[in-house]
Amino acid sequence: MRKTTRFGLSAALALCIGASAAFAENIKIAFIDPLSGPFAATGTDGLHQYEFAAEELVNKKGGVLGGKKFEIVPFDNKISPKESLIQLQVAIDQGIRFIAQGNSSGVANALTDAIKKHNKRNPDKRVLFLNYSAVDPALTNDKCNFWHFRFDANADIKMDALTDVIAQKPEIKKVYIIGQDYSFGKAVAAAAVKFLGQKRPDIEIVGNELHPIGKVKDFTPYARKIISSGADAVITGNWGSDMVGLGKAILENGFKGPLYTYYAASTGITAAFGEAGKGSLKLVGEGQINPPPNDRADAYATAFKAKYPDDDLGQPRIANVIEMLAKAIEQAGTDTDMVAIAKALEGMEHDSIWGGKVWMRPQDHQAIQNVHIFAHTDGVKHDFDNSGYGLLVESTVEMAGKDSPTTCKMKRP
Amino acid sequence: MDLVLINLIDGLVTGLLLFMLSAGLTLIFSMMGVLNFAHASFYMLGAYFAYQISTYLGFWMGLLIAPLLVGVLGALVERYGLRRVHQYGHVPELIFTFGLALLIEEAVQFVWGRDRVPYEIPEVLEFTAFTVSGFAIPAYKVFMLFISVAIFILLLWFLTRTRVGLVIQAALSYPRTVEALGHNVPLVFMGVFGVGTALAGVAGVIAGPVLSTFPGMAFVLGSIVFVTIVIGGLGSLSGALVASLLIGWLTTFAKSYNVRAEDLLNAIGISTPENLDESLWRDLWTITSPQIADILPYILMVLILVFRPHGLFGKRDA
Repeated sequence: MRKTTRFGLSAALALCIGASAAFAENIKIAFIDPLSGPFAATGTDGLHQYEFAAEELVNKKGGVLGGKKFEIVPFDNKISPKESLIQLQVAIDQGIRFIAQGNSSGVANALTDAIKKHNKRNPDKRVLFLNYSAVDPALTNDKCNFWHFRFDANADIKMDALTDVIAQKPEIKKVYIIGQDYSFGKAVAAAAVKFLGQKRPDIEIVGNELHPIGKVKDFTPYARKIISSGADAVITGNWGSDMVGLGKAILENGFKGPLYTYYAASTGITAAFGEAGKGSLKLVGEGQINPPPNDRADAYATAFKAKYPDDDLGQPRIANVIEMLAKAIEQAGTDTDMVAIAKALEGMEHDSIWGGKVWMRPQDHQAIQNVHIFAHTDGVKHDFDNSGYGLLVESTVEMAGKDSPTTCKMKRP
Repeated sequence: MDLVLINLIDGLVTGLLLFMLSAGLTLIFSMMGVLNFAHASFYMLGAYFAYQISTYLGFWMGLLIAPLLVGVLGALVERYGLRRVHQYGHVPELIFTFGLALLIEEAVQFVWGRDRVPYEIPEVLEFTAFTVSGFAIPAYKVFMLFISVAIFILLLWFLTRTRVGLVIQAALSYPRTVEALGHNVPLVFMGVFGVGTALAGVAGVIAGPVLSTFPGMAFVLGSIVFVTIVIGGLGSLSGALVASLLIGWLTTFAKSYNVRAEDLLNAIGISTPENLDESLWRDLWTITSPQIADILPYILMVLILVFRPHGLFGKRDA
C-alpha cells in the first residue's frame, strides 16, 4: 500500500514540477544509470540521492543564478554502453547539458568518448559529464578529456589507501584478488598487485582472477578455491548482486579473515551480510557518515532517511557533485557556457558536507578527497537498509592520492 | 583430492536445484508441447512468497505454503490464460508465457521493491554440518540436498506407481484415447501445470536464502533451465536429472580449477605463439576455465543439438 501512495505522491509531485517548469527554466541534469534489470537497485538509490541533494542543497536555498532550480531527469540505460549512448542522444535532444552517470566504468568509457565527439562537433550545444562513481583509472588518465569530471576517488587512489592499511597488518601474508571481468575489475586487480608489491613485497598473491559480471549464480566454487588457497585476506571490487553472492559464499563456507571491498554496502547488501559480515567486511571509500562528522551532515542523513525510508546515502559524493556544480554555475554566471563552468569546476576547492575538503585536480579532473576504510558493524547512528548495521570509519587517509601520477594530457578548448 | 570431493558435493547441490526447476518445465512441455518462458518467474515468486510468509510465520511455514500458492497460481494461469490462448497455436502460447514472465518481474518489483529482500536461512540450520579436510559444508546445503532428493523420489513414485500418474503418462502420449476412456484431460493438464510450477516454487523457497532473493533472480536462472531440458531431452524426466547434474558438476569444476586454454592447447600439441600480444588469437589463448564456466552448458547444448538433436534421453527432436 505504501508503495502505491508513494507512487501517487511522486506522480503528483511530477505534475507540480512540470507546472512550475513552465514559469522558470530549470537546469536539467540527465541521470543515465540502470533503473531496471539486475542492477536497478543501485541505480534507483543513486537517483533518489540526486533528487534529494538537488532539492535540499540547491532548490531549497533558492536555486542558482537568481532562482533557477536543479531538476534531475532519469534515463534508464539498463547498464548497457550501447543503450547509454542512445539515452545520451535523447538527453541532448531534450536540451539537457549536464550528464550524470556512475554505475559501470564500461558505460562511462563509452559516454566520455561520445561526449568528447559531440562537444567537438557541436560547440554551441556542449555538455558536461559528471561522473560520480565510475572509478576506472583510465577515465582520468589516458582517456581523460576536458568535459569529464570524476567525483569519486578512482580505483588506484582507493587501492593506494587500502594497501596502506593492509601494509600495517603483519598477520596478512597471503592475499586473494577476485573481481568482475571488465575494465574496473581488471583495474582493481592491477592496482592491488602494483601497490602490494611496492608496500609489502613479502605478501604472496595466492590468487588473481576475474569472473563474468552479473552472470554467476552460485559463488561457492570460488569460495572453496579462495579458502583452499590459504588466503589471509581477500580484495574484491565486486558490486551489486555479485558482491553479495561472493561475500556470502566466502563467509558461509568458513572464511574468517578480512574481506576488503569497494562496494559492499547499502541496496540490500548491508542487510544481506548482517551479523555474518561483522568483523570481516571492510570497505574503502569517501564520505564519512558514521560517526557523523558534523551537525549538518547528521541532519542531512536524517532528513534523507525521513524522505526515502527504503533508501540509503550509499554514495555520499553525490552531495559534493550537486554543491560543486551549483558553485561552478554561480561562479561562471551561466548555465549554458560549458567551457566557463568546466573552468570554474577545475581546481575548485570545496568544503564537503562530509568533512574535509574536495579538490578537483585541474590536470586530470580527478577529485582529491579524504578516503576512509570503513568497517561493517552494528551500533552506528545512520544504518543502511534499516538493518541496524552500517559503515563506521576505521581509518582515514587525508587527501588520498593528492600527488598520484597521471598520464592525462588534457586538451583545453 | 579433497577439493574434488567438496566440488562433487557443491555440484550435486547446484545440479539438484536445477533439476527441481527443469523437472516441472519438462513435464509441462511433454504434456502441452509449450515451452513455458515464465517458469523461472514462478521460481522467483516461490522465493518472494516464502519470504513474505516467513516474516509472519517463520521459514518452515513458508516452505509449506509458498509452493502451494505458486502451484495454485500456476493452475489458474493454465486454466484462464494458456487454455484460452492454446486454440490459436503454439506461437501465441509462447508469446503469452513470455509476456507473463515480464509481467511477474514487474509485479515483484512493484510489490517488494528493486532491492534484494532479507530472506535468510532459518537459525536452526545456521551451523556447519560437517567439514571435509577444512572445508565447511553448511547444514543448509545438506538440507537442500535432502529436499531435492525427496522430491525426485516422490515425483518418480507418483508418476510410475500411482493411478493418477499412469493417467498422466497416458495423457502425455494419447490424450484423445484417455479422454475417450472418460478421464478429464484438461483437468490433468491443469494439474500438471500446477504441480510443475509448484516444483519451481519449492526450488525458489529453498534457493532464495542462498542465491539471494532479488527481482533479477528469474532472469539469471531463466535461460539455463531451457538449456537443461534441451540437453536432457525435451519431456524426459530422467534426462532432466542427468542434464542438471551434468551442468552442476561441469560449472562447479570449471570454476574451481584454473584450467588455462594455453595449457590445453599445448597439451594437444599446439605451441604458444611467440608474441601473444600481436596474435589474432590472443583472447583464445588467455581464456581460463572460470571465465567461461557459465557458458559451458550452452556450448554443450549446441553440441548436443548438432550430434543428438533429441537430447540425451529424449524421444523427439528439440
